[in-house]
Amino acid sequence: MTDIKRSAVRVIDVDRAVIRFAGDSGDGMQLTGDRFTNSSALFGNDLSTLPDFPAEIRAPAGTLAGVSAFQVHISDHDILTPGDHPNVLVAMNPAALKANLADLHPSGTVIVNSDSFDERSLHKAGYAANPLVDGSLDGYTVFEVPMTSLTLEAVKPSGTKPRDAERSKNFFALGLISWLYARPQEPTLEWISQRFSKTPMVAEANTLAFKAGWNFGETAELFPNTYEVKPAPLPAGTYTNISGNTALAWGLIAAAQLAGLKLFLGSYPITPASDILHELSKHKNFDVTTVQAEDEIAGIGAAIGAAYGGALGVTTTSGPGVDLKTESIGLAVNLEIPLIIVDIQRGGPSTGLPTKTEQADLLQVIHGRHGEAPVPVVAARTPGDCFYAAIEAVRIAVKYRTPVFLLSDGYLANGAEPWPVPDVASLPKIDPNFATAPNHVDADGNESFWPYLRDSETLARPWAVPGTPGLTHRIGGLEKADGSGSVSYDPANHDLMSRVRVAKIAGISKDVAAAEVDDPSGDATLVVLGWGSTYGAIAAGARRVRQRGLKVAHIHLSHLHPFPANLGDLLRSYERVLVPELNLGQLVKLVRAEYLVDAKPLTKMYGKPFQAEEIETAILEALDQPVEP
Amino acid sequence: MHLTHESDAFMTDLAEPLTPSARNASQGDGAPATSKKDWATDQEVRWCPGCGDYSILTAVQMLMPELAAKREDTVFVSGIGCSSRFPYYMNTYGMHSIHGRAPAIATGLAVSRPDLHVWVITGDGDALSIGGNHLLHALRRNVNLTIILFNNQIYGLTKGQYSPTSETGKVTKSTPFGSLDQPYNPVSLALGAEASFVARTHDMDRKHMMETFKAAYEHRGAALVEVYQNCNVFNDGAFEAILSKDARPNMLIPLRHGEAIRFGPQGEHGVVLEDGQAKVVEVAEVGEEALLVHDAHRVDPTLAFALSRLSTGVTSPTPIGVFRAVERPDYGSLVNTQVADARRAKGPGDLAKLLTSGPTWTVG
Ligand SMILES: Cc1ncc(C[n+]2csc(CCOP(=O)(O)OP(=O)(O)O)c2C)c(N)n1
Ligand code: SF4
Ligand SMILES: [Mg+2]
Repeated sequence: MTDIKRSAVRVIDVDRAVIRFAGDSGDGMQLTGDRFTNSSALFGNDLSTLPDFPAEIRAPAGTLAGVSAFQVHISDHDILTPGDHPNVLVAMNPAALKANLADLHPSGTVIVNSDSFDERSLHKAGYAANPLVDGSLDGYTVFEVPMTSLTLEAVKPSGTKPRDAERSKNFFALGLISWLYARPQEPTLEWISQRFSKTPMVAEANTLAFKAGWNFGETAELFPNTYEVKPAPLPAGTYTNISGNTALAWGLIAAAQLAGLKLFLGSYPITPASDILHELSKHKNFDVTTVQAEDEIAGIGAAIGAAYGGALGVTTTSGPGVDLKTESIGLAVNLEIPLIIVDIQRGGPSTGLPTKTEQADLLQVIHGRHGEAPVPVVAARTPGDCFYAAIEAVRIAVKYRTPVFLLSDGYLANGAEPWPVPDVASLPKIDPNFATAPNHVDADGNESFWPYLRDSETLARPWAVPGTPGLTHRIGGLEKADGSGSVSYDPANHDLMSRVRVAKIAGISKDVAAAEVDDPSGDATLVVLGWGSTYGAIAAGARRVRQRGLKVAHIHLSHLHPFPANLGDLLRSYERVLVPELNLGQLVKLVRAEYLVDAKPLTKMYGKPFQAEEIETAILEALDQPVEP
Repeated sequence: MHLTHESDAFMTDLAEPLTPSARNASQGDGAPATSKKDWATDQEVRWCPGCGDYSILTAVQMLMPELAAKREDTVFVSGIGCSSRFPYYMNTYGMHSIHGRAPAIATGLAVSRPDLHVWVITGDGDALSIGGNHLLHALRRNVNLTIILFNNQIYGLTKGQYSPTSETGKVTKSTPFGSLDQPYNPVSLALGAEASFVARTHDMDRKHMMETFKAAYEHRGAALVEVYQNCNVFNDGAFEAILSKDARPNMLIPLRHGEAIRFGPQGEHGVVLEDGQAKVVEVAEVGEEALLVHDAHRVDPTLAFALSRLSTGVTSPTPIGVFRAVERPDYGSLVNTQVADARRAKGPGDLAKLLTSGPTWTVG
């Protein structure tokens, strides 16, 4: 049946497609996008996603403020970003259309739920006239589909009440788009029956709506063609679709196992970091303890207490929480104990843009403490990389007995990508190297324990945990004497200890992977220097420039403090350095100060990631090349 | 009114007295006998001469051998303040942390290391101003901690500003015209947070301190002991009206579980409950039968609270001793039971399985 009908429409092969689902916060667009993403992942496409939702759980229905969108980029080759301009925009109401139309590709397709384009909804969205009839959509391909009424009709057999039935319309949209892009039905149908197994009526309604959407595409003869995006030839391996926050949580679990430590999370809920707390709370059988503390200070405090007791202490938060934890981080610097502080950056200052992405905490995490209080900083670059960044942060924290900042952001946290699952056996072990015996002999010949006697190579102090006989000692936030760790107000000792703490962290630069440059021709004059989540956009922008026959190099940093030892020489080997960041120029200040290079900033504060095209344009301008499409 | 009978009905089945809990068992057996000096460090004690902190330190150092505790299994965590220097003087593990946060830090330690005995040392400013929230939550959760709150009704370390327990009208450097704030009563506060163990003692009576600390130590869960402590430099004589040798018999109301509450050189004063309020009376006037019998194990905290309100300042008869000692699962045990249950139900975590727990597909 299906095949016969399908043959009536033309199937067009495309190498990639960008689809954006947009609707009201209550319309289930995140879930719709997520399902489409998962079936595309299982189908074998490479993909990248960009969820974009409002801070309010339910902003007034039908308003621009309440629009929630999910963009997914699927392709038959390897891709790096969620795409600049959607090819298809699914708009469940007028507000969703209005808020998202500007991003649509000039030859894009709009599929609207025409049932929602009544006068009241148009008014709420701020439309003076109906865009479906006033010509404002001219140039786009527009399909008007009465999704609400078709859904109501379709789910009748499930016995669902009309008000509830309407809520299945996102599955209608999902069915329709799944048909349009020839996605397999089974993963979605299976997911529905599992997810709603406790509410069979809802499961049936959603199934019926999904199928109705699919069948509508097939039978309505509205759509002249469907699209086929073939699987991408990714490197061999087992893949799963992973979001940044999940990858980060798993990375922490993996690191704790690699170190043979109990994982202890002290955290206070905050967007966009809460999902890490949620994920870790599920996995207690990995010897994971999670404490939802009374505030961020208590969260890090508990983590410090656990670390003092020999656990892998972790605290997770976002900018406002980092502010609160600042004093405690200073304590951890002074105590010199391993600790992981995860900052999932969001738009600031203050409450700022809680659900939007930004990279503006960099200077804060490097410098934002009183006194000379150095803290290593590791940043993840893709959702899947959050896994490895977490392991690297733990490696540094444990080896050097120091708090480490692990930076991610709202885009990585919620974005997803196909992730080649690593072979667990290949992950490097981490040695906690606990102190077990006295390390000092007093003047009168007695053995004792000096908590601040350092390893001569790493300058790390011993980690002696309570319960160990013979090693009782007191530590605290007061300055301590070199070696013995007793309280010391001696000026020369403070000068020494301040320098040693800084030298210990600075020394990590020799122990991290050298910065790598992606410079295929080897003779580019311009290098783009990025860090964190801008990786995809910069790499894609650089590819575009190279496709024009031009040369550009790309360095992407995972270690922001200290920098890899070779970074200065690398940067100085290029005539020009361009630094794109989702802030007003923070890394650029650091490299200028550190290496005296004339690096130039490219900044953006939209609460959204860079588009490849923006990077491409900036590179072309930096190369004094004409910026033509 | 005689309440013993009624309150028995509310009582949980408690061993009497609250026995050393499982957590201490390891320390009890096999711990080599120690003496006070084993618990002292080589650090010079730096409190002002005459400070009440000295006698509290002595009481704790003398108590430790009696508890048969092991030095390496004992941790003192403190905040910031004169009182919070305490851990430096105990030859155990210790952390002098940051202002107000000791209960939070100790929570992480006690939960992740149930084999340790974790003490929290804090001051009235540390515990009740900057760290008020953490204290409440440690008590509410019933974290297995022995918390000693040094209440000198002043900020000692910062040289004499008024604190949240200073009496209204207090003239200090920061309140030259007298403080305007209503003080709070740490015992009432702790009872309000449903603390499972709340007691009060004072720095003039080593025996009472040791008894009280011991009871706190043996309690499983969060135990808060308020210690009236004289700061002879910035708030000298704050407790004079109740703690001077002459005043004590008439001004301190000893609370002893199971005994009628009475005090005075001849036991001539007593406490009754009237309209839900505790009141000081003359025993001769009401008769012994009318006296309130102290029931520290009563689950409902109302009576303990009423006792805590007997004195609103430290100028009228004030109860000391254990106000409340009830059994309630401690937070660390609950947390660790969940972890153990999860491991039993799902088996110890298998990382490879976790990484493929979502939908997966294979390429090549
Ligand atoms: C964040 C912070 N704020 C302020 C201080 C200054 N400070 C140190 S101790 C203290 C008050 C201590 O009073 P209390 O807890 O009653 O201790 P006491 O010295 O009386 O024993 C203050 C305000 C500090 N160390 N840290
Ligand atoms: S200032 Fe007061 S509390 Fe502090 S040490 Fe001196 S006497 Fe004791
Ligand atoms: Mg004080």
